[in-house]
Amino acid sequence: MPETMLLVPGRSSKQGTSLNKGKFEDEYQEITSLVEMNEEDMVRLGFNNGDKLRLKNPVGETIVTCKSKKATDLPHGMIFIAYGPGSSRLMESDTAGSGMPLSKHLPVQVEKIG
Amino acid sequence: MTECLQLAGGKVYDPANNIDGDIKDIYIEQGRIVETPSATPRKINVSGMAVMPGGVDIHCHIAGPKVNLARKLQPEDHRLDPHPGTEQTRSGVGGSVPSTFATGYRYATLGYTTAMEAAVSPIGARHAIEEFHDTPVIDKGFYVLLGNNIFLQQLLREGRKEEFRHAVAWWINATKAYTTKLVNPGGDEPWKGKKNSRVGNIDEKSDVIEVSPRQVIDAFIGAVNELGLPHPPHIHCNNLGHSGNFDTTLETMKTAGDRRVHLAHIQFHSYGGEPGKNPKSASRQIAEYVNSHPNITCDVGQVMFGKSTIMTADSALAYTLRGFKKAKWVNADTECESGCGILPFSYQEHIYVHALQWAIGLELFLLSEDPWRIVLSTDHPNGGSFMNYPKLIRLLMDREFRKEEIKRVNQKAVKRTLLNELDREYTLNEIAIITRAGPARALGLKNKGHMGPGADADITIYDEMEDKEAMFNAPRYVVKSGNLIIENHEFRRDYTGKFLHTEPGYDASIVDQVKPFFENYYSIEFDNYAVDDSYLHDHEVIASSP
Amino acid sequence: MSGENVKIVENATCTFCGCVCDDMVLTVDLDQKRITKAKNACILGRAWYAEHYIEEDAPAAMIDGKPASIDEAVEEAAKTLVDAKFPITYGLSDTTCEAQKQAVAIADIIKGSIDTTTSVCHGPSGIAFQGVGESTMTLGEVKNRADLVIYWGGNPAESHPRHFGRYAVTAKGMFTPRGKKDRTVVVVDVRKTPSVPAANQFIQVKPGKDFELLWALRALVKNRKISPNIEEITGVSLETIQALVDKMKNCRYGALFFGMGLTMTRGRHFNSGALIALATDLNEYTHFVAKPVRGHGNVTGADNVMSWQTGYPFGVNFSRGFPRFNPGEFTTVDLLAKKDVDAALIIASDPASNFPQAAIDHLAGIPVVSLDTKATMTSKLAHVAFRTATYGINTAGTVYRMDDVPITLRKAFDSPFPTDEEILTAIKKRVRALKFPKNQAGDKVPPGRASQKEHWKH
Repeated sequence: MPETMLLVPGRSSKQGTSLNKGKFEDEYQEITSLVEMNEEDMVRLGFNNGDKLRLKNPVGETIVTCKSKKATDLPHGMIFIAYGPGSSRLMESDTAGSGMPLSKHLPVQVEKIG
Repeated sequence: MTECLQLAGGKVYDPANNIDGDIKDIYIEQGRIVETPSATPRKINVSGMAVMPGGVDIHCHIAGPKVNLARKLQPEDHRLDPHPGTEQTRSGVGGSVPSTFATGYRYATLGYTTAMEAAVSPIGARHAIEEFHDTPVIDKGFYVLLGNNIFLQQLLREGRKEEFRHAVAWWINATKAYTTKLVNPGGDEPWKGKKNSRVGNIDEKSDVIEVSPRQVIDAFIGAVNELGLPHPPHIHCNNLGHSGNFDTTLETMKTAGDRRVHLAHIQFHSYGGEPGKNPKSASRQIAEYVNSHPNITCDVGQVMFGKSTIMTADSALAYTLRGFKKAKWVNADTECESGCGILPFSYQEHIYVHALQWAIGLELFLLSEDPWRIVLSTDHPNGGSFMNYPKLIRLLMDREFRKEEIKRVNQKAVKRTLLNELDREYTLNEIAIITRAGPARALGLKNKGHMGPGADADITIYDEMEDKEAMFNAPRYVVKSGNLIIENHEFRRDYTGKFLHTEPGYDASIVDQVKPFFENYYSIEFDNYAVDDSYLHDHEVIASSP
Repeated sequence: MSGENVKIVENATCTFCGCVCDDMVLTVDLDQKRITKAKNACILGRAWYAEHYIEEDAPAAMIDGKPASIDEAVEEAAKTLVDAKFPITYGLSDTTCEAQKQAVAIADIIKGSIDTTTSVCHGPSGIAFQGVGESTMTLGEVKNRADLVIYWGGNPAESHPRHFGRYAVTAKGMFTPRGKKDRTVVVVDVRKTPSVPAANQFIQVKPGKDFELLWALRALVKNRKISPNIEEITGVSLETIQALVDKMKNCRYGALFFGMGLTMTRGRHFNSGALIALATDLNEYTHFVAKPVRGHGNVTGADNVMSWQTGYPFGVNFSRGFPRFNPGEFTTVDLLAKKDVDAALIIASDPASNFPQAAIDHLAGIPVVSLDTKATMTSKLAHVAFRTATYGINTAGTVYRMDDVPITLRKAFDSPFPTDEEILTAIKKRVRALKFPKNQAGDKVPPGRASQKEHWKH
C-alpha cells in the first residue's frame, strides 16, 4: 500500500539560484524533482537517499528523488519539494473562487519505483 | 495640435479682469488666449452660454500611495460606478476614489482643468507623478508632506534655521513638488512611537523630537515665504475633527502673523464644544479671523452627504474615526517622513455631527467676506467626491434650494448654527472666483483662473440654466491648453495635461547634511531617492520669487 | 580579452525578489556583456547577475518556432489578440511599471482579461485587504522602530535572504540601535525552516491550522476564552499562545510578516485576513503593523499599476468596455482551466511551467504571444515569442518594492533585444489601428515615460 503524505512545495535557495541558470538546465530539473522527507519516515518506509519515488494524487503524478531531513526539521508525514514542474502536476486547478489553486499541503500517495 | 479658436458671443465671467457677464469674444491660439489671432480662427458660437476660465481645485486627493491604497481597498465602490472607455478615451471606474483615467475625465466633465493633490510623502513622489501621467486632461501638481519629517525637526531642535530652509528647498526639488504640506505637524511620533497617542496642544513638545507643533508651523511659514514659493505652506492643523479645535486653528493662524499661509479644509477645524463631547459651530470666530487677515487663504472642505473616503496623513484621526465606524481601516507608516490612514465613510443627514459639519461648511462660505480667499473644495474624497461640486454650487447660489435641503437634515444640529439666518446667495461672478480665479491666485498660477491675453487657454463653457446644479454638471465645451476636449458634451480627443512644480533655490551643500541621516535611517539609498527628470511628461516650472 | 572595458554601476537595484535591494555595486564587463561582480548581493542576487548573459544568436522574435522580424511578429501578435474573442494578458511581475502600463492599455483596447502573478501569490492577501484593510508600513519603519518581529508562513532565509539584515532582524535603526539585541523575533511555520535559527522563538503549527491559531490569538488579545483543546487543534499550547499575546500587547512597535504558507493553503484569504485583523486589533494596545512578503521584483508594481488604471489589483476583465474584478472568474488559472480564453499574451512569466496541469493543457492549445528574457516552457509553446531585455540589467524603468516604495532602475549595459515596454507599445499601436481603423486620436497622448524609439530599427 502506498503511504499518504502531505506535500509542501515552497521556495528554496537552490531553486532560486538554479532558476537563473535556466529552467532547461539539469540543475533546475534536479532540484525541482528532489523531495525532502523525515529520516524516521524513510526508515519506516524503507526508503534510501536517492531512491526514485512516485508521487500521485487524483490530479496527476510525478517522479522524484528522495532525500532525508532531520526528524526535528520536518514533521512526520510531511514532504517538501521546491516549486516547479513536478509540483504543478499534482496541483488541482479549482481555486474555490479565489484565483489561487491550493499549492501547499497536498495529500499525495508516495511509493518507491524501480 | 492646438486649434485657433474664436469663442463668439458668450457671456464672459472673468473676475480677475473685472469682466462680469459681458458679451465678449475670446480668441485662442497656440494654447493661449490672444487679443487677436494671426490666422483665421474656427468660430464657435457660444451665445447664450457662460464662458469661464477652467476650474482649479486647490485641495484634493487624486494620486499617490495613499490614494492607490484607497482604490485597492474598495472594489464595492468601483463596481457601482463603471466608467466605459471610448475610441478616444480609456476606461476606468468611479466611486469616491476613481481610477486615474476616470479622475481626469470626470474633472473635465465638470469644467475643471487643474487639480492639486494635497498630500504626498516624499518617498511616494515618484508614484504620484507616475499616476499623474495617467490622469488625463487636467494640469496637476502636488504638495509634499514635510511637517513630520524627522530630519527637518532635528534641524529645528538645534536651531539651524538657515539649513532648515535649504533642506526644505532641497526636498521640494528632489520630489518635484509644488509647495510644502503640513499635516498634524508633530503628530506622527506619538502615533508611531508612543502606542498610538496624539498631540492635543500645539505648544506641547514631544519628548522624542523636542519641538512643538507651533515651532514647526512657524518655521515652515518662515522658510517657504523666504523661498518665495508661489503657494505658501498648505496647513492641515492639529486636532482635525475634534470638538473645541477652533482654538488650535486660531492659534495656528496667529502663528503666521501677517505672513502668507493657506489653511486646508477649514470646515474640519471650526468646531466648538468640549473635547470628547459633541461639537458646536465655531464658524463665526474662524470666519471673523480670516476676514480680517488678508494674508490668509483657505479652502472649505465642505461635507456632502453620501459616500466618502477618509484618507489623510493624519493617521491618528483615521484611527479615531475607526472607533465610530468599526469597518475596514488602513494605516500605513512611512519611514522618517509621514504616514496615512484610510477609512471608507459616509455622511448621513440624520446624524447630528454630520449635519453640523455640513452646516458649518456652508456657514463659512456664507460668512466669508472676501471670495478671493475662500476656495470651494470638499477635500475630495474626505468630505465627499469632487463630483458633488455642482450641487454645492447650487447650495450657495440658490437660497430656496438651500432651505429645502436644510429641512432634510438633523434639526438639532442646524439650530446650533446660523444657517437659517444666512440669506446670502453667491453670484455667478463669485462662483467664478471661488472655483477658478481665487484658487489660481492663491496658488500663484499667473496664467490660470483668468482669460486675459497670455493666459493658458483652459476654458469652460456652460449653458446658462436656472438649475445651477444642472448647469455646472455638464459644460457644453471644455478647452484645455487650446485643445477642444469636450464639444457638445462629448469627448472629442484625449489629452495628457501638464505637471506643475517649483524649483526653489538652495545651497547644494545641504546634501552633505541630509545624506548621513539617510544612510542611517532610510531603507533605500540616498542616490535613488530624488525623482529624476525622466519622470516629467509635459511640465511647467512655476517660478519662485524670493 | 576582457577586463579592459569595465564599468561600475553604483546603487543599482536587484529585481530578483520583492526585497528590491537598491544598494548593488555592479562590476560590468562591457566586452563580455557580463556582470562579473555584484557587491552587496545575496545568494539569489549573485545568481541573478552572474547567470545573466546575452544570447546573441537567439532570434528576437519567432513565429511558430521560426525566426521572424520584430515588425512581422508585432503584426502577428496584434492580429492574434484582436481576432480572439476572450484574450487574457498574464504575468507582469518581472517587468517595469512602464511595460505594465502598456499591457493594461492593450487589454483595455481589445476588451480582454488581465491578471498578474499576484493571483497565484498574495492574491488572497489582496482579497483579505479589501475585506479588512491593513495596518502596514514601509520597511524602514521596521528597521527603525520594531522591537517585535513575527514571520508567519514564510521562509525569508531562502526566499528573501536580505530581509533579516537589511530591514527587519539585525538591521539597526533610530530606536533599535543594537539591531537584533533590541528586538524579539518569532517564526511561526509548519516545519523548521532555515529561517528558524534567526529567531528567538519558533512556534510550530499543525499544517492547515494557521487560521485556528490566528483566531485563538485574536480571542486572547480581546481577553476572550478559547477552546481548552487548542493544543490538540493547532499543535501549540495555550501557555505558548498566551505568552505570545503578552509579547504582542506589550511591545512598542510590532510587525507581522507573512508568506504563502497562509495564502496557498486551505483557508487562503481567510488566513491572510485573520492575520491582518490580528495586527489591526493590537492597535488598541500598542502600534502594530503587518505586511505580506511579496515574491517577484515588481509584483507590487503590477498591483499598483493595475489599481490606478483599473481600480482593481488583479483579475480584471474589460469585455463590457470597463474594468470588472472577480477573482475566481477573471483570474488566469480559472480562465485557463475552464477553457474560457482563446488567446493569451504572457509577459515575463512562465505559467506553462508552474500552473496546475489542466491550465497548462489549455494554454498549449491556444495561440500564445510571449515576452521573456530567456526560453521558457511558455515561450516554447508560443505562437509568437519575443525575446526581450532584462529589466534592471539591460533596461531602466520603475519597480515597486514589497512595501509600495517606488525605485528607479539603473541600466548596467545594453541588450540587443528590445524592452518589454517597446514591444508592448508597438503591439498596442497595431492593436489600436486594427480595432479602431477610423480613429487614431488616442495616439496623440504621449506614450510611456521611457524612451519610445524603436531601437531595433536603427
